[in-house]
Amino acid sequence: MRFETPTSVDQAVALLAADPEARLLAGGTDLLVRLRAGNIAPSTIIDIKRIAEMTVISQEDGGWRIGAAVPSAEMNEHAALKADWPGVVESADLIGSTQIQGRATLAGNLCNASPAADSVPAMVAAGATARIAGPDGTRDVAVEDIPTGVGKTSLGKGELVTSIHLPPKPARSGDAYLRFIPRTEMDIAVVGCGIYVTLDDQGKISDARVALGAVAPTVILSQSCADTLIGTAGDDAALDALAAAASAEAKPIDDKRGTIAFRKDVAGVLAKRAARIALARARGDS
Amino acid sequence: MPKDEYQSRDFRVVGTRPIRPDGIDKVTGKARYGADISAPGMLWGAILRSPHAHARIKGIDTSKARAMKGVKAVITRADFTHQPEDADMADILDNCMAGDKARYDGHAVAAVAATSKSIARAALAAIEVDYEVLPHVTDVDEAMKPSAPVVETGRQQENVPEGYSENVTGRSQYGHGDPESGFEKADLIVERSFKTAATHQGYIEPHACLATLGSDGQGDLWVCTQGHYMVRNVCAGVLGLDAGQLRVTASEIGGGFGGKTHVWMEPTALMLARKSGKPVKLVMSRDEVFRATGPTASSSVDVKIGMTKDGTITGATASYRLQAGAYPGGIAFLSAMCGFAPYDLENVRTEGFEVMTNRPKAAAYRAPGAPMGAYPVESVIDELCQKLDLDPLETRLKNAAREGTKSSYGPTYPAIGLEATLNAAKSHPHWSAPLGPNQGRGVACGFWFNFGGDTCVSLMVNPDGTVSLSEGNPDIGGSRASMTMMAAEELGVPLDQVRTIIADTASLGQNEVTDGSRVTFAVGLATIKAARHAIQIMKERAAMTWGIDPEAVDWRDGAAHPAGPNAGKFPPMTIKEIAAIASNTGGPIAGHHEVNAEGAGVSFATHMVDTEVDPETGAVKVLRYTVFQDAGKAVHPDYVEGQFQGGAAQGIGWAINEEYIYGDDGRLQNAGFLDYRIPVASDLPMIEPVILEIPNPGHPYGVRGVGETSIVPPLAAIANSVSRAAGVRLTSLPMSPPKVLAALKAE
Repeated sequence: MRFETPTSVDQAVALLAADPEARLLAGGTDLLVRLRAGNIAPSTIIDIKRIAEMTVISQEDGGWRIGAAVPSAEMNEHAALKADWPGVVESADLIGSTQIQGRATLAGNLCNASPAADSVPAMVAAGATARIAGPDGTRDVAVEDIPTGVGKTSLGKGELVTSIHLPPKPARSGDAYLRFIPRTEMDIAVVGCGIYVTLDDQGKISDARVALGAVAPTVILSQSCADTLIGTAGDDAALDALAAAASAEAKPIDDKRGTIAFRKDVAGVLAKRAARIALARARGDS
Repeated sequence: MPKDEYQSRDFRVVGTRPIRPDGIDKVTGKARYGADISAPGMLWGAILRSPHAHARIKGIDTSKARAMKGVKAVITRADFTHQPEDADMADILDNCMAGDKARYDGHAVAAVAATSKSIARAALAAIEVDYEVLPHVTDVDEAMKPSAPVVETGRQQENVPEGYSENVTGRSQYGHGDPESGFEKADLIVERSFKTAATHQGYIEPHACLATLGSDGQGDLWVCTQGHYMVRNVCAGVLGLDAGQLRVTASEIGGGFGGKTHVWMEPTALMLARKSGKPVKLVMSRDEVFRATGPTASSSVDVKIGMTKDGTITGATASYRLQAGAYPGGIAFLSAMCGFAPYDLENVRTEGFEVMTNRPKAAAYRAPGAPMGAYPVESVIDELCQKLDLDPLETRLKNAAREGTKSSYGPTYPAIGLEATLNAAKSHPHWSAPLGPNQGRGVACGFWFNFGGDTCVSLMVNPDGTVSLSEGNPDIGGSRASMTMMAAEELGVPLDQVRTIIADTASLGQNEVTDGSRVTFAVGLATIKAARHAIQIMKERAAMTWGIDPEAVDWRDGAAHPAGPNAGKFPPMTIKEIAAIASNTGGPIAGHHEVNAEGAGVSFATHMVDTEVDPETGAVKVLRYTVFQDAGKAVHPDYVEGQFQGGAAQGIGWAINEEYIYGDDGRLQNAGFLDYRIPVASDLPMIEPVILEIPNPGHPYGVRGVGETSIVPPLAAIANSVSRAAGVRLTSLPMSPPKVLAALKAE
């Protein structure tokens, strides 16, 4: 097995394009576990943590660009980023344990393409985009278009995600992410829900994005859920409608982590609870 | 039976909380666990395991693996040419390496030793096994039906009634009186069925060993175990070796909870070492620990209890069905013994069925059988209290067993502490604290026998007067600290003058495994007796020096004194002074004691727990937890409190989230700590331990043993709390969120 430590995106792309069996290493919190379990045997591991531009959080046109090798612990300690997108930062802060968060990255969580990834519904709700570098240059893609199935992504040969972009946060907006786990931490989402809302100057919801995780092979960005909120003041009736829509939109499976009925119920409960937090943030109540 | 060992005394060391002697090595990472030992020329072992729940092994082709560079040995069952006559030994051999069939997902079918871990892994992949997949059964109730696939024929005992599958290997019965006439006197009878899932002991350190075995028949084994004498005896029996030729040394141990009182792979390591001529290290992965070492049994239980309006239990029956896994044996008889043990009952009958299934061989887990024995009984008592509007503590006090009670399993109790725990619970502020919405408070009692068994201890007085103590039980719960304290107490010397080690199998006589909460009691007793033996010798040496009769010498404060004015006027001789001249007064001084320790004192606990149920998700949060338990004399209260808290913590996991999940294919679906959910620290409240000290008449200091009783009440205490919080009686463990939410919605 070869271990490569490129210092530029171009080098990483070249290495990746040259070896279809190569795997990228950011935090390694998924890769190393699978390697040690004997599930994968890559011919080359390409560590991206020596690529300077991939290790920084920077402001860009009022929004934020988060390098693909930035660990979630750094996001959690970035006061300005956290003030703008608390839901996204909190979602990454739920992954694994304190030690894991010192390594785990948003881009890794996205490209691992687990249906239960915590940060993905939060990023989707926030309208995040991923910047992709490849042999044919650079392109920006909506986060929800990266995972295409369990463990599968839309990335082409030689392509990698170099950063995640969070858009400028509009006035009177807020985001939130909640997940259900049977324990308090060190666990994997049975259901996850990311919500983003913007209020107009009358306090009515003018824009909303609702993303459900762990209830389908890929994250569900639900327009019908968003429609239950838009035009309302986020009152109890609207939230009950949201909960019903989220339960209806969820397309979960029965497995060792939960039943279909349980996941559909809890999708509604989490949507309602996450919406309350996002609304409070949009109103400046929290 | 020695019931008169206990003598009241003022303790100097016992009952204090010194820093543990093994603590610094453990917190600095220097302590050597099972996988921490290596040897020159060592090979890495690895085991190939069945992917099928039940399959005939038609053939195994190891030729490709054997031809690989770096592979030094490949073994299958055919290499184990010694066939043990003893049925239990034969079962252990078959469990370590499958014979004609694989009996569960994870059953070992072949093993390799190679020069690196990756070569060993590649070699496993090159072994071809020809399986004929057979029908399987993993559910205990299904396995009892006459139509069930049979795990092994010809193992049913004569005490099993007609009409059951051959998977039912044994049935035991306990009790006295006539429950039917008792039920006629009841004002209310509650009859319910309960289920508990199989749970794993969840020790953090996986099984690991390093083996050598030469052509001369001499072997050495370094192993993580709860009993290295047991490992020696079993390995010798399985492989046809002389026990005296095999020396076994116990490593430090990262948890066991009963799961390391068995042999799972050590004969395989020895066989690989013999075949390769090299030392072989074998370390299980977490996946292997879950799939191939014992969880405890799952259970299915029917309980019926009748009670009068004033809370008197008039009649009680229970039928316990426990899965033993892939081999005969099982612990349903212990459930049947323990379930009603806390109560003074006129009419009680219990029965226990031992049932084979296509699951790993069930292992001991902290008070084996007792938690699932108590859970259904304590749940029904709670429901009776709810329906009759009775106080659950007062009702238990009304029916509590006390000194002179004929227990539900036979013996009559000597002095016991159940009432003390119930009274302590009643007067504790926890009992009267207010509860919020969706919150409930549950209580339950629990019993465990405790145990003595074969024990050897040697105590050497060194030339400088310091003391070296050797015990033969791996230190899993702080026994080096406890033995050091008891030796220092008895000798009257400072604690730091004594060091205790765990001797290997060639250095002391036979010692029973560290089980049954026996070590502080039995090894403690032997330690005290060994110290008394050394004291007797030292008194004789002082008497010789003074020219007086040994009977005229007293021992106190670490020195020999003339017994009184008539004995003569001599200044005391300290242990240091006696040791310094030992060579001239008869030679080195050492005490020892060998015993099958009797007089273990049973112990009881009452647990109290508050939970809150999220009515929208079914999630249970444990808010407050208090343990009241009779420890007998608490030698090192920190450790006693740790045992109380640890038992409660494991019980919380068992009650709320832990379970072995099998698919329709009979394969284990959650062989890892992600989906087998033991509680993490943030899942637990502070667990408050309340120590009661009712002396055990059978121990010189009154010690009972504390390690196991603490896991007996939690299942029921939490179920009672959750049932009260949710307003619906929950009868199946774990009370995972989907199950609780479904129960709430069905209400």
